[in-house]
Amino acid sequence: MIINEGFKAKRAPNDRLPPGQYEETGFPVLSLGPTPLVPLDSWRFEVDGLVDAKISWDWQQFSSLPAEDIVRDIHCVTKWSKFDTTWRGVSMDQIISLAGVSPEATHIIAHSHDGYTTNIPIEDIRGGKAWIAYVFGGAPLEPEHGGPARLLVPHLYFWKSAKWLSRLEFVRGDRPGFWETRGYHNYGDPWKEQRYTYD
Amino acid sequence: MAIPGKNSATHMIDQKHDLGRWRRATVVSTTKAASNVMAIRFAVEGWREDGGHKPGQHVDVRLTSADGYMAERSYSIANPFPGDDFDVELGVELLENGEVSPYLWQLQPGEAIEMRGPIGGHFIWGTDMPDPLVLVAGGSGMVPLMSMLRLHESSAAKGADREVVFIISLRTIDKLLYADELAEISRRDARVRIAIALTESVPDGWTGYSRRIDAQMFEKEVGRLKGSMPDIYICGPTRFVEAAANLLVGLGFNTHSIRTERFGG
Repeated sequence: MIINEGFKAKRAPNDRLPPGQYEETGFPVLSLGPTPLVPLDSWRFEVDGLVDAKISWDWQQFSSLPAEDIVRDIHCVTKWSKFDTTWRGVSMDQIISLAGVSPEATHIIAHSHDGYTTNIPIEDIRGGKAWIAYVFGGAPLEPEHGGPARLLVPHLYFWKSAKWLSRLEFVRGDRPGFWETRGYHNYGDPWKEQRYTYD
Repeated sequence: MAIPGKNSATHMIDQKHDLGRWRRATVVSTTKAASNVMAIRFAVEGWREDGGHKPGQHVDVRLTSADGYMAERSYSIANPFPGDDFDVELGVELLENGEVSPYLWQLQPGEAIEMRGPIGGHFIWGTDMPDPLVLVAGGSGMVPLMSMLRLHESSAAKGADREVVFIISLRTIDKLLYADELAEISRRDARVRIAIALTESVPDGWTGYSRRIDAQMFEKEVGRLKGSMPDIYICGPTRFVEAAANLLVGLGFNTHSIRTERFGG
């Protein structure tokens, strides 16, 4: 470790910040290409893979599912954290029970409208830890933040919370996604600072 | 590959770096690259042995105070690998009330900080990508695109024939990074076109654009390249990147040929 003489903290240490993070009050955007615009009347969301029945919702059907209000801190791998973000969405527990997920399933692969994918162990989306969110800060989720609907898994780095969600695939065995095959950590726990492959 | 990018093969990570390893990065030189940006060149422990970096990638920088407080930030790399007597050049924008950038600005040659990387496996470009190159920068979003332009220039010197268009949007001309180098490249290489749009005020005799980016500007600068499948890289503040990407998609460029990198805020 190098001590940088003369360097001093300008921000108060904060227990809510995982290592290497700083607090951000805006809502930065991180994505790999142009923002896909998905009109609500052609929006569809599918759940398939190791499930009793493949389910496909249109917007009307999906937005009629019981939804929850969620308040969580979020942490982006690019080092900003944002406290007390407010969302509304459908819990993954509900999706799992509606689809009848097989006990054999170990992971989900989230697919986005722009072709993006990300992988998450199934235990990380059970038990009130993950949602499909379509309201942010009391308003419909904007396209640049992943609207119409995005995955919300706030206890992992935010690239796991796939934007523009189009499909959830329940699979047996892991399958690293877009950033996970491009040098980023396979799991992404901010509190263990699992940013990159070998962290 | 998840994303059907036409050059996906070049995006596989083949560097040997252990990204978890914090390395000693010793300052070789510091130069003002613009009124608000300092170009800082570092010799980085083990960088060459581990294969260097690719244009478009970034590094994490870590500062530690005497009482153990640490701050980390990400910075884009401005140079292609290898540099002459250095490994990594960062373009550090001085942020008002910033915690890390004011410290980096006052670094002197011989002083060291910690660095790890290179990071990023999507927003990267290489000379194995033969198609025309379109670079679009907002402000200090120029930094990773300079790495690409500089690599192109060294390959052009060896005979590579590729059309490059670099569109740069700035508030005022003093915010232009590497002004002398860009002027020299324009003079030397007729295949490189640099278009600058100033959005706040223009100097006397200004012949560039004096407005924000728009469809007409993009059509004029890059419309002719539509049929030749250019590789497009956009970097800058979120709002700028959003606007530029939407304009290019609107003009008919392939979504999958557009790669973006956004600054926070």
